[in-house]
Amino acid sequence: MTQPRVELLYWDGCPSHPQALEELRAAMAELGLAPDQVLVREVDTEQGADRERFVGSPTIRIDGADVQDPGDEPTALTCRVYHRRDGRVSPVPDPADVRDAIRNAMTTRSHQ
Amino acid sequence: MSTAIGTEAPTFTLPDTDGAEHGVGGNELTPATLVVFTCNHCPYALAWHDRIVAVAEDYPDVKVLAVSSNDAERYPRDSFDAMRDRVAGDGGWPMPYLYDESQEVARAYDAKTTPDCFVIDSDGRVAYRGAPDADHQDPSLNAAWLRDALDAVLAGEEPAQAETEPVGCSIKWKQ
Repeated sequence: MTQPRVELLYWDGCPSHPQALEELRAAMAELGLAPDQVLVREVDTEQGADRERFVGSPTIRIDGADVQDPGDEPTALTCRVYHRRDGRVSPVPDPADVRDAIRNAMTTRSHQ
Repeated sequence: MSTAIGTEAPTFTLPDTDGAEHGVGGNELTPATLVVFTCNHCPYALAWHDRIVAVAEDYPDVKVLAVSSNDAERYPRDSFDAMRDRVAGDGGWPMPYLYDESQEVARAYDAKTTPDCFVIDSDGRVAYRGAPDADHQDPSLNAAWLRDALDAVLAGEEPAQAETEPVGCSIKWKQ
């Protein structure tokens, strides 16, 4: 099985991406994936945000699927609002959601 | 204008979500004032919001002013209408939510982030500037840095920690 494509998109005006990257890499390591395989990309223009369908920083996608459905959020250079599983607002996704997204992608790939 | 610790806080008057004017300065005698630059769209401001509300409730002698200065054109969630809707949706706030449409107040305070907190003493001087506490993700910290600063100012003393690094989303300046 090949490793899922793991992407982290960030905007430098928001200070949350180092924490998000650290937690993402920890989740990958926990699930037996190579943490250095994260594709990290900066989004730094509003045109780029539109092009990437970037609704805020950080955005994490596993095989193209967002770890938290952005719904109809508009694209923007902004910090993204996440909700942790205990209901708290957070600038980064719940690590459990990240792990589940990676697991789902790995399961999908294992059935292909 | 400057926001260095010990210098005079910039005076201002801004409208709240009900249209009433509030601000810093004038002849009002206030033992302490807390100005918090905040907004609707930032996860850091949202994560700390309940702790700021608790401070406003726990310190009735302190004048607490929440100020939103972001460019509402690029960030419509920070529009005056959205501010009104948020306060109404919460059933009211214990502090006024002020709209700094021109961004002059944020510039005068050299506000960096949402949130960015300024505690002003009874002489109108900045006594504390920075974050509410050490971690937006830990509600148990209960805005400890802010409370320590307010306790000191209300006791007529200088805060032991007068400045911390503000943490949050950058103020969204008009382009």
